[in-house]
Amino acid sequence: MSELSVNHLLGIKYLQREDIDLIFETADHFKEVINRPIKKVPSLRDITIANLFFENSTRTKLSFELAEKRLSADVLNFSAAASSVAKGETLIDTVNNILSMKVDMVVMRHPNPGAGVFLSKHIQASIINAGDGAHEHPTQALLDCFSIRERLGEVAGKKVVIVGDILHSRVALSNIFALQLLGAEVMVCGPKTLLPKYIESLGVKVELNLRKALEWCDVANMLRVQNERMEISYFPTTREYVQQYGVNKELLESLDKEIVIMHPGPINRGVEITSDVADSGQAIILNQVENGVAIRMAVIYLLASKIKK
Amino acid sequence: MSQKVLLNAKALQVTLHRLACQLIENHHDFSNTVLIGIQPRGIYLADRIKALLEKAYDVADIKLGYLDITFFRDDFRRGESPLEANTTQINFIVENKKVVFIDDVLYTGRSINAALTAIQSFGRPAEVELLTLIDRRFSRHLPIQPDYTGRKVDAINEEKVKVSWKEQGQEDSVYVIKS
Repeated sequence: MSELSVNHLLGIKYLQREDIDLIFETADHFKEVINRPIKKVPSLRDITIANLFFENSTRTKLSFELAEKRLSADVLNFSAAASSVAKGETLIDTVNNILSMKVDMVVMRHPNPGAGVFLSKHIQASIINAGDGAHEHPTQALLDCFSIRERLGEVAGKKVVIVGDILHSRVALSNIFALQLLGAEVMVCGPKTLLPKYIESLGVKVELNLRKALEWCDVANMLRVQNERMEISYFPTTREYVQQYGVNKELLESLDKEIVIMHPGPINRGVEITSDVADSGQAIILNQVENGVAIRMAVIYLLASKIKK
Repeated sequence: MSQKVLLNAKALQVTLHRLACQLIENHHDFSNTVLIGIQPRGIYLADRIKALLEKAYDVADIKLGYLDITFFRDDFRRGESPLEANTTQINFIVENKKVVFIDDVLYTGRSINAALTAIQSFGRPAEVELLTLIDRRFSRHLPIQPDYTGRKVDAINEEKVKVSWKEQGQEDSVYVIKS
């Protein structure tokens, strides 16, 4: 397979296994490129990409922007807070105005689930979903699986537990889809109040006890507690959450095996994981960040190759 | 479809020896020279040249790398089929080195044009030369000429020059194929 089966990256659930294999293979080449003395290639010098962030983001936005610039694309940046959206303009009008400036591709983060799918039905440009509410965050799932493959050789057959705030997480859903597509076994672990009721219907195991989950898994993907998405209290106190679902060095050392620790960031140090775990050799958090640029370069490159001039 | 042999295995071997000797005349001990095989098909020729230099002519410590030019091509999104990348393996600095590009067939010159841009990601070479097994004269789109040529051929655009290597499970040979 040398071409993606899709024209947009709206979510992992729209991809086939072969798409992910192609993205990984292309990302391997880009990882070599970004470790060269000069990290830029001219492939996309006639492509213009608009980064439309209707919701705050630091690392995803920086990662996409860096990926675009390393491919030599022209980049437009848009933040909703400082835009006409605040004046009442609709999503389609905002995007159409931007597209009138001859933009070829849109990278969009939006607080509403399905915003990317909605937009893809109304505009011509290629769309990459950079996170839509608590729905999907496909490039994060791809870079997470790529990082597992890099550390453990392959994803198939591995046991991965996603720990924490599953309910409000777009990373969890995309990760579940991607890991299962690549042949991994997936478990979710967290307070019952932060696990969606339908979660077992996705074919994942559910475990409320963190120690049991860690004893089962090869990889623990620790999610941030998304306080900003919580309108009510889902657990009594942060201290109690830390005691039950926080990972510390002592807990890891009491296991009879060495598991891999992941975190999509930003970390609440001392909440999901302690500093000594975050900075240990078991954690591949910074590898995830590096791989994020290579994965996003691969996705942008492969989607751009389907735009014929 | 018809095909005619341009070089058989024996003629190819003689040609490779001649190319290796020409390189030695210009580069002597290769202490300041690096060989770069252009992916995907130049790497077989580059491997052969390196092996000959080492075994037949006792040149030691030759640096050889493979350069993929996919992301530097000027026909991205213009071809019928998507471009597929190959691996780049250059584990040395090319800054101030004499670089010899090695490719099997020189046709339009666009690949070498892309390679000239790509190699700059690894430093600024002192100079760059081009060694090619087959030079398809009169087919150039860009002002690029080889410094070392195995054989020149006046194939028309409908004809294809096919280089086969025993490393690919085929007999060493060069054919001109007319469809």
